[in-house]
Amino acid sequence: MFAPVYLDHNASAPLLESVRDAMQPWLGERFGNASSRHEYGRAARRAIDEARAQVAAAVGAHPTEVVFTSGGSEANNLFIKGAAERMKPGVIAVSAIEHPCVREPARQLVRRGWILEDIRVDVAGRARVDALHPHASLVSVMAANNETGVLQDIAAFADAARRQGAWMHTDAVQMLGKLPLDFRALGVAAMTLSAHKIGGPQGAGALIVDKRVDIEPLIAGGGHERGLRSGSENIAAIVGFGVACEHAIASLPAGREAMNAARARIEACVAALGGIVFGEAAARLPNTCYFALPGIEGETLVGKLDRAGFAVASGSACSSASPEPSRTLTAMGVAPELARGAIRVSVGRTTRSQDVEDFCGALARVAEELRGLQAMAVA
Amino acid sequence: MLKFPIYLDYSATTPVDPRVAARMIPWLTEHFGNPASRSHAYGWEAEAAVEEAREQVARLVNADPKEIVWTSGATESNNLAIKGAAHFYSGKGKHIITVRTEHKAVLDTFRELEREGFEATYLDPQENGLVDLDAFRAALRPDTVLVSIMFVNNEIGVIQPIAEIGEICREKGIVFHVDAAQATGKVEIDLDRLKVDLMSFSAHKTYGPKGIGALYVRRKPRIRLEAQMHGGGHERGLRSGTLATHQIVGMGEAFRIAREEMGAENERIRMLRDRLMKGLTDIEATYVNGDMEARVPHNLNISFAYVEGESLIMAIKEVAVSSGSACTSASLEPSYVLRALGRDDELAHSSIRFSIGRFTTEEEVDFTIDLLHRKIGKLRELSPLWEMVKEGVDLSTVQWAHH
Amino acid sequence: MAYSDKLLDHYENPRNVGSFGKEDDGVGTGMVGAPACGDVMKLQIKVGPDGVIEDAKFKTYGCGSAIASSSLVTEWVKGKTLDQALEIKNTAIAEELALPPVKIHCSILAEDAIKAAVEDYRKKQGTQVAPAADAA
Repeated sequence: MFAPVYLDHNASAPLLESVRDAMQPWLGERFGNASSRHEYGRAARRAIDEARAQVAAAVGAHPTEVVFTSGGSEANNLFIKGAAERMKPGVIAVSAIEHPCVREPARQLVRRGWILEDIRVDVAGRARVDALHPHASLVSVMAANNETGVLQDIAAFADAARRQGAWMHTDAVQMLGKLPLDFRALGVAAMTLSAHKIGGPQGAGALIVDKRVDIEPLIAGGGHERGLRSGSENIAAIVGFGVACEHAIASLPAGREAMNAARARIEACVAALGGIVFGEAAARLPNTCYFALPGIEGETLVGKLDRAGFAVASGSACSSASPEPSRTLTAMGVAPELARGAIRVSVGRTTRSQDVEDFCGALARVAEELRGLQAMAVA
Repeated sequence: MLKFPIYLDYSATTPVDPRVAARMIPWLTEHFGNPASRSHAYGWEAEAAVEEAREQVARLVNADPKEIVWTSGATESNNLAIKGAAHFYSGKGKHIITVRTEHKAVLDTFRELEREGFEATYLDPQENGLVDLDAFRAALRPDTVLVSIMFVNNEIGVIQPIAEIGEICREKGIVFHVDAAQATGKVEIDLDRLKVDLMSFSAHKTYGPKGIGALYVRRKPRIRLEAQMHGGGHERGLRSGTLATHQIVGMGEAFRIAREEMGAENERIRMLRDRLMKGLTDIEATYVNGDMEARVPHNLNISFAYVEGESLIMAIKEVAVSSGSACTSASLEPSYVLRALGRDDELAHSSIRFSIGRFTTEEEVDFTIDLLHRKIGKLRELSPLWEMVKEGVDLSTVQWAHH
Repeated sequence: MAYSDKLLDHYENPRNVGSFGKEDDGVGTGMVGAPACGDVMKLQIKVGPDGVIEDAKFKTYGCGSAIASSSLVTEWVKGKTLDQALEIKNTAIAEELALPPVKIHCSILAEDAIKAAVEDYRKKQGTQVAPAADAA
């Protein structure tokens, strides 16, 4: 196929070659079920244990704190629904900019007698610690927002949560591999990770969880993953996840610098076109640039860029079918007209500096063309 | 040339068919898009691949692609079907029915519902492993909302009378769920004819990859479910979470191959199974567990009396088989499935499941027969029970020093 | 599960498999366990006139660890007096074979088998010895 330049790494990152190589035997001659006691099964079990150690090492957790799931969404659901199920209904506080796979399970708890409280964000997209409900017993704030890339002060939230006796969870799928991430240092009770955002395969994720948290499994039957997640393990994907984690840590310093440079270049170009970068005042992920060119519809811009050979997003992948302005931007107080112009460019490992240059050129051309059309329409 | 250990554990998991793996790899590498990405070609092509695979899965079981919901595997499908339907229809009643020989994914889910206040009936199967339809009818109550019965048992391979049970459920307006993880590619499944409302599928039991499965959710009459995983509203809101395109493509290809090849393949496998059975039942005091008529051709579950199962497994390292189901075999418990058939404990302790598959050869079967003859002989030499039986002692009259 | 080389050796080449006549003089038979639990161990000792165990044989229905445990104790009891044999503790068996935690019960069963065999021998001796003592 004709391969557009991929600038949508926050939706899904291309698979690492080392990950593919590590996975391939598990789709071939090493096919055992990890619960089987013969050599096929034992080999699979050893591979899972190794991957568990790799994932744990990447985030400063203990291997026994790693619960493998089918992905980030499941890990978020597992923590929020699972922990709540074993608690007395109370207040659950989640930031106003959470991904739907945190927000929706939290909303489900309302039917079970919980009260859902939003944690407000400031104009730069930072959740405010002082807006945490004082009686919340469950708290979930993402480490970095998937749209804006704005970093949240997780350590401060964890501290506040601990002081009010709440369990604190963070969805860190966007943070992993882009900035250092340490489970212990953050002081959270649980953390969600996903493989396919860091060059691992789709279909694997993990909940890192403090063993003191009592959790009701989402999926019962067989007692895999310390009883927290039943079902035959997806060994190939888990192995790939482990290798991707190892790579993410090793490549972080150099990768971070390259991403920073790419983002700076794109944002200079956006500024030159009179654009607005959302969350610019906040500390952000080095790879994410979320912006709007006033007067230009986001969907239109994304479509034009696609035809010009650049794959970018107009919002988070899951909700991009809806014409609604982004929830995140609404929460930041961005006017709907401007919010509808939002597009997200997220660079990554495969992004070359030439790609960034080409993108800037294309963005300028497309913007000029679209503005020209508008000018004609006005005239 | 034989390659060791010989794999005779196809019911635990199957190798990925090389044709399936070949289809998957490009979707891991160059086509890596998120199928939910609507703004670029990476996402569109992934979405198209997902939909093609959905059609392949639907075709194997004669369903509409719109009735197929992707999950992470049969365990998740079972959880979604059982909890999802029980919760949605709990206003109509809180009685649910299953069978003692179901997979843990069903039994554990039932226990969870019991803790929530549902009342569950666990049917005893007949000695041949099959559900007694009269006993089933008798168990139904006006407040029964859900029945869950597996198509093919994972340990003994028996095929339950799904068509008959479906008729009864439909007549009474009870939601009927079937765990078909062990059935795809082995028995013909026609959801146009079967009155089944929900059916769970797994890819890795049918030469597809691990980590992917599906749930069939009937549209006519429409079955409603409460979602168990919430988020971006994937799979029409029934199951949120990024779809793993390569795995889905793999499941689609695996099910396509199953549909095209199951006729010839099952005949070949049946011949191998019958050869194995003949060779092993030549050994004194062996018992086949489960009905031989209503049974998939892949499965042979045999009890070798007076020989303990785990030591037998150790003795036959050259073949990879299973004693008890894979999920429970880490424990010392005898198989609960055989117990439910009313087998004596000492027989339950020595049961071995041989499951044959696509890559099994006649040579491997012959080797296995010979190996079992030798090792059973050796272990019985070691067995005080065998000695007593040979001396004419009736073991059931012995007072054992229980711990 | 990874088993030690010693355990595998005893399992693959069990020592002293077989039976003595139960009624034979000088033979003590211990049968412990139950088929329902997955283990039955039969241990027999042949005791010389000097009270020393001259020979031992076993048969075991059970897992590899149970077979290895009983094979090992047939070696250990030989040449010991009855009281010395009774001093063999399950922990020593478990240690020698490096039994995994879930298999410790096999070593307990082997210890019980020794006790049962000694008891059986002493009981038999008791019934035979008593009249002789009377006569003295």
